[in-house]
Amino acid sequence: MSEVLFKRSSLLTDKITNYCPGCTHGIVQRMVAETIEELQLGGDTIGVCPVGCSVCAYDFYSCDMVQAAHGRAPAVATGIKRSVPESIVFTYQGDGDLASIGMAETIHAATRGENITVIFINNAIYGMTGGQMAPTSLPGQVTQTSPYGRDVKTAGYPIRVCELLATLDGVALAERVTVDSPKNVRAAKRAIKKAFQYQLEGLGFTIIELVCTCPTNWGMTASKSFEWLRENMLPYYPLGVYKDAKAVAAEQASAASDAKAVAAEQASAASDAKAVAAEQDATAEVADIATNAASAKAVA
Amino acid sequence: MSEKVLMKGNEALAEAAIRAGCRHFFGYPITPQTELAAYMAKRMPKIGGVYLQAESEVAAINMVYGASAAGVRVMTSSSSPGISLKAEGISYLIGADLPALIVNVQRGAPGLGGIQPSQADYWMATRANGHGDGHVLVFAPSTVQEMCDYASLAFALGDKYRMPAMILADGLLGQMMEPVELPEAITPEDLPLKPWAACGHKNRREHNTVNSLFLVAQELEDSVIEREQRYAKIKAEEQRAELVLTDDADIIVVAFGAAARIARSAIKLVREQGIKAGLVRPITLWPYPKDSIANLLPQAKAFLTVELSCGQMVEDVRLTVNGKVPVNFFGHTGGIVPTPAEVAEAIRMTDKGEQFSLLPYKSKLIATEGGPK
Repeated sequence: MSEVLFKRSSLLTDKITNYCPGCTHGIVQRMVAETIEELQLGGDTIGVCPVGCSVCAYDFYSCDMVQAAHGRAPAVATGIKRSVPESIVFTYQGDGDLASIGMAETIHAATRGENITVIFINNAIYGMTGGQMAPTSLPGQVTQTSPYGRDVKTAGYPIRVCELLATLDGVALAERVTVDSPKNVRAAKRAIKKAFQYQLEGLGFTIIELVCTCPTNWGMTASKSFEWLRENMLPYYPLGVYKDAKAVAAEQASAASDAKAVAAEQASAASDAKAVAAEQDATAEVADIATNAASAKAVA
Repeated sequence: MSEKVLMKGNEALAEAAIRAGCRHFFGYPITPQTELAAYMAKRMPKIGGVYLQAESEVAAINMVYGASAAGVRVMTSSSSPGISLKAEGISYLIGADLPALIVNVQRGAPGLGGIQPSQADYWMATRANGHGDGHVLVFAPSTVQEMCDYASLAFALGDKYRMPAMILADGLLGQMMEPVELPEAITPEDLPLKPWAACGHKNRREHNTVNSLFLVAQELEDSVIEREQRYAKIKAEEQRAELVLTDDADIIVVAFGAAARIARSAIKLVREQGIKAGLVRPITLWPYPKDSIANLLPQAKAFLTVELSCGQMVEDVRLTVNGKVPVNFFGHTGGIVPTPAEVAEAIRMTDKGEQFSLLPYKSKLIATEGGPK
């Protein structure tokens, strides 16, 4: 008896991707496909691909797909979701697309609580155009358009997207993950699935930021680029959950019920205290009576 | 039905769009289209529709792109500077063969310009709604009734040819009130299905993609030329123009939209003086109603175009006339509307055989380049 432990997701077409060898797009794209398949949402999902390395993703996914202008994926996704509210809509965007030319669309879709899922690939560089400085390129990072290293005095600082979006009330989930190890890949998959589940529950805007590599434009081997990611990217972009509205709500509910319990306890303590006081009063009364009796006896 | 109501042009257009089955409006505030968006904001939530004020004109047109990709009847409205911002999205709509209604209630320009009526976006509307080969259908209403009538026509032809359609109005038509007969209402359920839409395949069909990217040059050329063939058919079948008093006319005035209203009055004035002037009023600006102009060539001594710009449509008239008779131009720009008396004088000058392109400048008429000698 043979058991299937792993197979290609039916949400992926047979088309060969255009990603470079060693690139992490393939991993993320697969996890998104697996998630949609596991949730049995393939027939209801519409994906929006950006301008960037994943521009051809409409050829790679077997759900309905819409190609968007550079940076506009959240606006396009908004138009789709508002037209087919029962559908599941996701965007798949890189750092230049999402955090530079499309920052306004990103922030406003987030603050509207647009019920879509954004898969955000942060590899600190423009990949498709050949390695230019991105809004998330690190201070000192050498790219084609920061040949002497990103000078924060003139080029400014990198943007931490999850931290920025976590301040907005419309965001249901903002989590940063990476895919540099099997353990982290599994954690990333869980995060992606949670985002789609939150969308299904209608909780609002969900974004999963994946800290990724770009071996080609970083000029490194795949394994070396993971090392570089761990040494340079992760300290600047710490992994973690930056906003989880559902968890916060659950915590608040539990805190409220805790508070209720405490109040009940206090009330019971208060009534105990009252009882004790009453008892003490009663004791004192008995003592008084005894004293009086003794006095009476003495008088007698 | 058939009851006339008094409405502003912007509101009449909004109501007509709703009656044409449009339930999705994405926009951004700008004068002088304000009443249109405000009307939608009030009505859409009451009829299960979507009114969404986007963060920018760019976002609004991309929301339109997404909604159209998902298969619904959708529109946006703006005014000149806002339409510039939408140019990117309009190019993508063209490239992905998506229908949508875009309303441009024009104002004075360039730059921030002004907020008074203008027709200076003629070139943008008919030539350059963004990068690349491509066109949008352009309708030019001249009355509040037409603001209303062209909404459903623009939606229908946009769907038929799978391309964006524009209503090119101006601040005058948007703001003025006239009696209007509203059309019968249809609902979104009455609209034909769009089997190409990306709305979730429900595991019942192959997946749809909405896309304008072709990395193989041959594929891109094929796709653009397929569209050109559609354009050829549209140019042959969809030209629309109104002819006023042209039967015996030898001076042909060409004017659209608000300018056509003035031209009409001017023609009445000069006819009283025995000048046989008539009007060609283009209703479609793309496709340009060349045939209406060409048909009048044998009887025309000269043409005069009147525009609220420095002379843009006049180039299309000259292309059609092709040097056979003089084509004069008279206009005002920056938000100033010419008086019938001014236009009547330009007609009289044309009748006398003068050849000119004239704009008023500091109380004098000055010649500009371009008039045929």
